[in-house]
Amino acid sequence: MNGLSDGFREAFRLVVTLDPALVEIAGLSLFVSLSAVAAASLIGLPLGALISVRSFPGRGVIVVLLNAFMGLPPVVVGLVVYLMLSRSGPFGVLGLLFTPTAMIIAQTILILPIIASLTRQSISDLWDHYRELLQSLDATPAQITATLLWDARRSLLTAVLAGFGRAIAEVGAVMIVGGNIEHATRVLTTAIALETSKGNLALALGLGLVLLILALVVNAATHALASRTMGRR
Amino acid sequence: MRILPLSLTKVLVEREGDRLVGPLEMTVGAGGISVVMGPNGSGKSTLLKVCHGLVTPTSGTVAWAGDQAANARRHQAIVFQKPAVLRRSVRENVAYPLKLRGVPRAERLEKADQLIARARLNALADRDATVLSGGEQQKLAIVRAWITEPEVLFLDEPTASLDPGATRDIEALIGSIDAAGTKIVMTSHDLGQIKRLATDVLFLLDGLIKERGTVEQIFDSPQSETLAAFLRGDIVG
Repeated sequence: MNGLSDGFREAFRLVVTLDPALVEIAGLSLFVSLSAVAAASLIGLPLGALISVRSFPGRGVIVVLLNAFMGLPPVVVGLVVYLMLSRSGPFGVLGLLFTPTAMIIAQTILILPIIASLTRQSISDLWDHYRELLQSLDATPAQITATLLWDARRSLLTAVLAGFGRAIAEVGAVMIVGGNIEHATRVLTTAIALETSKGNLALALGLGLVLLILALVVNAATHALASRTMGRR
Repeated sequence: MRILPLSLTKVLVEREGDRLVGPLEMTVGAGGISVVMGPNGSGKSTLLKVCHGLVTPTSGTVAWAGDQAANARRHQAIVFQKPAVLRRSVRENVAYPLKLRGVPRAERLEKADQLIARARLNALADRDATVLSGGEQQKLAIVRAWITEPEVLFLDEPTASLDPGATRDIEALIGSIDAAGTKIVMTSHDLGQIKRLATDVLFLLDGLIKERGTVEQIFDSPQSETLAAFLRGDIVG
């Protein structure tokens, strides 16, 4: 129990004093995860919609793969991205390993199947409902995709938030490709892992609580924004 | 005339070996309200979809005439029996077909407001369309189809499962559209409604046109015992 109360106390101290190290780590965590969510949404939302409305050879295989990859092991993703970005890898010349960009790439790969797969499900249901109307109005594929994405925006928000939740809580991939370098690639999850290994359990727990608060704030802010712009249902 | 008359020649629709419609011949000319009448499962909805181009016949031809025949889809519209309403406001729903055609926002919303007023949906213009009653959604779907000023409007059972008040409102709306010069082709098995609205009637049974004529011809002197039985309310088909 002492560990828990110490953790709460530490979390409270870190937040109230706006500890510079914490602000830097939390800021980088948010930057990396939000960037990954933005990139994965940019690809995953139209991809999910496309798979829903278009028939093409191999569509079923892609659906199965996307569903299966929703549970991609982060360390495996980290390892693959590491091999790609390492000096001897195909993209080694870019010099991205152990940078926030590498962490964003790894997290994007990790959450892309989640966003695309949940998008596909939402859009498929809506497409069943809208199909005849949109076909009768001679809507182009681009107009169909835009209409479905807009009208499914409430459920797509949940898909995006699921992706964010996975990204912000992830440790394995960012540890491997980021390296947990102080003032460069250290984020909340890798800092927690480090402090735990050093035996600083109260600090680790405190950082964990800060991570939880951060996730809560982002979710609450998103829902508040969505309620204002979309109206409550 | 931009696309009328419409001619169906030897049209046959089959699905998985079952014959749904045809073979049949049919011509739709300008003006008035043509009603395709028949029991459930007679092929009324399929026939409307064939005319609109949503269902491709297994064999036969569907040919539009007029100087815009090549762009026939642009000059016709359809309202389905259970119309889909978009998850947007009533105004945005009605304006949607114009949005697809690239009409500027202010212009399309102004036109939508005019039609919303004619459908007496003014009080609901800003409301989420998905929460409207069945009758209100049907009215929305009809004015949404009308906003592009089609030469032909297909209506599939526009008052099915609606109460008398909503049915009266929709019949009045259909009357307005007819008066504005749009050709209406609709399906119905409500004999009272057919008498009130139709200028000519097609009796469809088992996918085949059994009889066609004016309302008086169909109701006063049916040529077949099957039609007479249908008009008496007997189960046919």
